[in-house]
Amino acid sequence: MLLVPEGIVSLNDTAAAALELTDGSRTLEAIVDTLSERFEADTERLRADVRGLLDDLVARGFVTE
Amino acid sequence: MSMVDVAKSTQPHDVAKATAGHDVARATSLLCELTYRCNLQCPYCYNPLNMGRPSDELSGAEWLSVIDQAVDLGVLQIGFSGGEPTLRPAELVALTERATQLGAYTNLITQGTFLDDALLDRLLAAGLAHVQISIQAPERELAATIAGTDVHERKVETLRRVRKRDVALTLNCVLHRLNHDSLPEVLAFAEQEGIRRLELANVQFYGWAYRNRGALMPTREQVERGAELVAATRQRLAGAMDITYVLPDYFEELPKPCMHGWGKLALTVTPDGRVLPCPAATSITTLQFPSVRETTLRSAWNDSEAFTIYRGTAWMPDPCRSCERKELDWGGCRCQAFLLTGDAGNTDPACARSPRHDIVVAYRDGDGDAQWVPRRPDPALR
Repeated sequence: MLLVPEGIVSLNDTAAAALELTDGSRTLEAIVDTLSERFEADTERLRADVRGLLDDLVARGFVTE
Repeated sequence: MSMVDVAKSTQPHDVAKATAGHDVARATSLLCELTYRCNLQCPYCYNPLNMGRPSDELSGAEWLSVIDQAVDLGVLQIGFSGGEPTLRPAELVALTERATQLGAYTNLITQGTFLDDALLDRLLAAGLAHVQISIQAPERELAATIAGTDVHERKVETLRRVRKRDVALTLNCVLHRLNHDSLPEVLAFAEQEGIRRLELANVQFYGWAYRNRGALMPTREQVERGAELVAATRQRLAGAMDITYVLPDYFEELPKPCMHGWGKLALTVTPDGRVLPCPAATSITTLQFPSVRETTLRSAWNDSEAFTIYRGTAWMPDPCRSCERKELDWGGCRCQAFLLTGDAGNTDPACARSPRHDIVVAYRDGDGDAQWVPRRPDPALR
């Protein structure tokens, strides 16, 4: 889970792993590659989901440059 | 269902769904009201009219024990509020440090008059994660009229200093009839100051706000214009500013979900140590609230009548009992049910399905009052 101002965002295992990999040094493709190995998931779908997650967290100011 | 699922809301109920069954109570957030003292006199304050005696306030050591017990109970979010919490700076710093050490996320809810750089340094060193600063209006004169004191410029200076520091910042403005028409200027001010998180809360009627409801009740035109303006601004500033707009429940058909369930996620400790299921719960004068001076936080949460009486759905009368929304709305607000009907066990009259909805309609559509009572300690009320 992610603790944010006066709230809590619950993340599933995949979302938590994606966020851990979002450290400023990895590209979206690198994150998706790592996740697809770890979770044996479809790359196309993962790419869309991770992009959606990061867009959402950036829009809310929880992920910044 | 997507592979990567992030909850869309930041409300604490997300964690309840994630970590416990929907019906299970789990203490997640604690609000510490360090003092009822405040240098402002805002007529919309939800604090009780009876502000007690400063000599009855919990000591720093008692507050540290509250923090320890809360984290032991599972609390993850800790807020420091009041009154004005920075009027107890030494305790505020010590509690922030303890809460951070124990892994909790800390929020300071302040009006900012006393948050100078020295105190800010100490709080950030202690691990403070988030500061919420409130303004009464977007400009000095109206702010002074509402707050009863001329401190707007000092608060704006504080906002600018905090904005430069490495801490999350939210700007808050409570909206009511006296300042609703200046909402365009509030939004422009927030944008100009580079605010990332803006909370616009239509006044809710408890404590002083309930006493002053005749002067504070917005008009329907104000509420509707405000909603349109916020929607347009949200769209224009998507990605740059996150705007929370708390709707006025008197103008809604459905009630607000009281604390996401009474005694389900949140608890508040008052300056004198009473443990409440909701910050406004002392409105309900028929309930006895346990005190941390007499019992543990765990016992208050698990066993006290004040927490168990409206927990879950079994207590509900109709129309709530047979309502498909009973686990969404939780019967609405217990405090509002008590204030408006005299029985906290009734359906919140804000709900259009309540048999007493006429009370809300009468207040909402009434002519209102020109005068209000400033929030000041009144020994006669103790």
